[in-house]
Amino acid sequence: MQIEKLMITGLMAGLLLLSSAAHALSPESITSLTTGENEQRIDAIASVVNSGDSSAIPFLKNILNDEVKLADGKILIVSESGAIDAMTGEVVTLPEYPEDLINNNRMRNELDIAIAALSLRSSDDAVRLAAAKKLQQTSTSEAMLPLVRQAEKSEKRPKIRTLLVEIRAGIELYSSDKQLRLVAAHELAGSTSAQIRQSLTSRLELDGETDPEVRLAIEAAIESIEERLGYYEFAGTVFTGISLGSVLLLAALGLAITYGLMGVINMAHGEMMMLGAYSTYIVQNLFRQYMPEWFDGYVLAAIPVAFIVTALIGVVMERTVIRHLYGRPLETLLATWGISLILMQLVRTLFGAQNVQVENPNWMSGGIELSSNLVLPYNRIDIILFSVAVLLLIWLLLNKTRLGLFVRAVTQNRSMAGCVGVNTARVDTWAFALGSGVAGLAGVALAQIGNVGPDLGKTYIVDSFMVVVLGGVGQLAGTVYAALGMGITSKFLESFSGAVLAKIIVLVIVIIFIQKRPQGIFALKGRSVE
Amino acid sequence: MQSRRTFIKSISAIAVGAALMSGGLAAQAADKSPIKVGILHSLSGTMAISETALKDMALMTIDEINKSGGVLGRQLEAVVVDPASDWPLFAEKGRQLLTQDKVAVTFGCWTSVSRKSVLPVYKELNGLLFYPVQYEGEELEKNVFYTGAAPNQQAIPAVEYLMSADGGGAKRFVLLGTDYVYPRTTNKILRAFLKSKGVADADIMEEYTPFGHADYQTIIAKIKKFAAEGKKTAVVSTINGDSNVPFYKELGNQGLKAKDVPVVAFSVGEEELRGVDTKPLVGHLAAWNYFMSLKNPANAAFTKKWADYAKANKLPGADKPITNDPMEATYIGIHMWKQAVEKAGTTDVDKVIAAVGGQKFNAPDGFTIEMDPKNHHLHKPVFIGEIKADGQFNVVWKTKGPIKAQPWSPYIAGNDKKKDAPEAK
Repeated sequence: MQIEKLMITGLMAGLLLLSSAAHALSPESITSLTTGENEQRIDAIASVVNSGDSSAIPFLKNILNDEVKLADGKILIVSESGAIDAMTGEVVTLPEYPEDLINNNRMRNELDIAIAALSLRSSDDAVRLAAAKKLQQTSTSEAMLPLVRQAEKSEKRPKIRTLLVEIRAGIELYSSDKQLRLVAAHELAGSTSAQIRQSLTSRLELDGETDPEVRLAIEAAIESIEERLGYYEFAGTVFTGISLGSVLLLAALGLAITYGLMGVINMAHGEMMMLGAYSTYIVQNLFRQYMPEWFDGYVLAAIPVAFIVTALIGVVMERTVIRHLYGRPLETLLATWGISLILMQLVRTLFGAQNVQVENPNWMSGGIELSSNLVLPYNRIDIILFSVAVLLLIWLLLNKTRLGLFVRAVTQNRSMAGCVGVNTARVDTWAFALGSGVAGLAGVALAQIGNVGPDLGKTYIVDSFMVVVLGGVGQLAGTVYAALGMGITSKFLESFSGAVLAKIIVLVIVIIFIQKRPQGIFALKGRSVE
Repeated sequence: MQSRRTFIKSISAIAVGAALMSGGLAAQAADKSPIKVGILHSLSGTMAISETALKDMALMTIDEINKSGGVLGRQLEAVVVDPASDWPLFAEKGRQLLTQDKVAVTFGCWTSVSRKSVLPVYKELNGLLFYPVQYEGEELEKNVFYTGAAPNQQAIPAVEYLMSADGGGAKRFVLLGTDYVYPRTTNKILRAFLKSKGVADADIMEEYTPFGHADYQTIIAKIKKFAAEGKKTAVVSTINGDSNVPFYKELGNQGLKAKDVPVVAFSVGEEELRGVDTKPLVGHLAAWNYFMSLKNPANAAFTKKWADYAKANKLPGADKPITNDPMEATYIGIHMWKQAVEKAGTTDVDKVIAAVGGQKFNAPDGFTIEMDPKNHHLHKPVFIGEIKADGQFNVVWKTKGPIKAQPWSPYIAGNDKKKDAPEAK
């Protein structure tokens, strides 16, 4: 008896907790928030904001997350645990075909702003910061002014305060009081937000600020913001250049070994990357199926898997085909091209012709926001770090290990190396496996930024060869310089000439460079070559 | 001497071929042998991502028709060829279908450049082609029926939506596309349309990337900069093929939200989003004449049929079967052809062409749509959808009913004099 009672009270308490959110709003506002045309719903949101009632937040969030559904004249909040009536808070059974409450971009935007405005007085610093950021990035209406002023007064954190000042000043730009407008323009001059500049510009041009003094102040503010934005923009271009360079470097590193050091024109290099990317895909699927809780770590597990898979395929290729063709570049080219076609068709048969989905783990999605116009995406940063790590490993391997010594010896003078007892055939196999394995590593990285499909290799093979030839055959350092050089050059060109022209210009530059200096940026000195 | 001999040889070969063809047609009319139907879609190469599904959809539809008794009491037999995303090979394979296999009709092509490549062949040999993909218009051929959208059935309504209050009231536009005929022509039309709505040239940015472009960092940075220069900005994307995946990935990572700068795409459907994590993309838009998420009985039956077929034939991706606009257009096209053949009582190309116009079909888009009696295009409804977190689309705007296609866009100078019907031979 006792226990039953306890259970019932517990259940009731739970229900109350669930429904308390909805109870806070009046039935009229719940109805007007969820029914009618978008215009009417937006008006309803505005009146909720005006009331400043922060207990409306959960229901607004329910609407935003598409959890609100309509059925038989009832407004339901549907979650995984069941459905409750938004008016009464009672648990109800979900009808078979509830009607979705559709929110388009405009509604979602209004909801976001409303939630942010109501969260300005939250006790949680992080929530307030996020809310202030959100409001600073959107155009706010005069109706929010009291709310913002109040929040500004009570705000202790300087970072949030600055944002609030900018929000308030942004609204006060439209004040009828000239003095207020003037102060607002001065306050906004310190901002680094592109949004603020936009609202300043539109105040100046579209809505026609008439007072000359205020106009001057606004112009000065725009100029100072623009200068700061300019620096960030430049930094952004450099970053994207380095990022493209690191992708090119990863794609070319394996080739720098197989082609650069061993002299094998390996047309199947791109397909090695493709196989690396597919290994990533398989590892991802295994993680999703068997260890979903560790899903975010799948990329780390994919790195050794991709390396081993592609290295093994490299060994097989070398032992069966390439070994018999050393010193016959044309035949090697044809044979490896044939292998590339076989590998592509194999993948197509196994996985289908369509691209497969490789999801970024959470720690690789999103980015660091340095300013409103400069976001450094995590996946790009990770790839830059990854390529540096791979480069370092290869350098260590070639310069600090016995195998590296042998590889260098064989590439410099095969017969002499053989004379002093190096098993050149085995060294060839090892080196080719290493080159293929590195291509597989590149595949892991490429899977994070682009398409994973049977044709993945084709996209990168030309660029890879270009980087290796430009850098100078037989040189790792040259490959690095060439990759970064090409990356940064093409990004700077792209920012004013467009992607199509930039690609052409880079190609022309490379051709001219190789005409003038066929040995590439760096060339091995001495008699040892060939 | 040699050349004359080969010349005579080829002449006689053509003559024999023609004789065989006409003989074949005569024989077919009488007997109950299967009718051959050509399917001309790339099953390898860049376009395989999109076209493979169309091949499977065509096979499913043919299967369905055969099970219900075929056409004129005869079974259909599909002849599948693979032009491998190689544009000249489309012409070669098309010729093979018409001369060797003697197909009664062909369903195929995706990119405009492949359609332009087979066109001379179909005109020369008087073949019949059903083209299932939205395109740039500016073409009207007697031998082709276009079951995809013309610009006024997709691009223009989408931009009108972006300019409306619900679409965000965009005042500045970025026209972003892959560098080839379809995006260039569409953007030419859109630029003229925007100008007619009072948008200044300074408020339009046009950008192109090469086929297969994979690094969209700079482009996104440029869009952000352009958007920050004032007034509400929207992006109109005609990026085609698998470049869309890196584009949308970059969009998500750089934090460009649909609420701030919405992107409306004309070549991105359910199939293209398969390879993308759609969570950061919620709210970006696509304009089509069909979405898999449409709720109506015809679509429920259509998607179920497809799911069953995909499962039964173990197609790749059968665990998550997806239908999209060009697949629906393929389905409609084959049924319209079937109805026309039944009306004409023969598979003879000229008689079938005369019979296709005016055919009606209860399509999965929820409307009974009609082939225009004259201009070889369908009257189609237009839907605008926002991407949802699960990769499907939420329809946020639609036309009241099907609208008539304008293959000759009024926004291109000189088109007002062109006839709304193919030139008679």
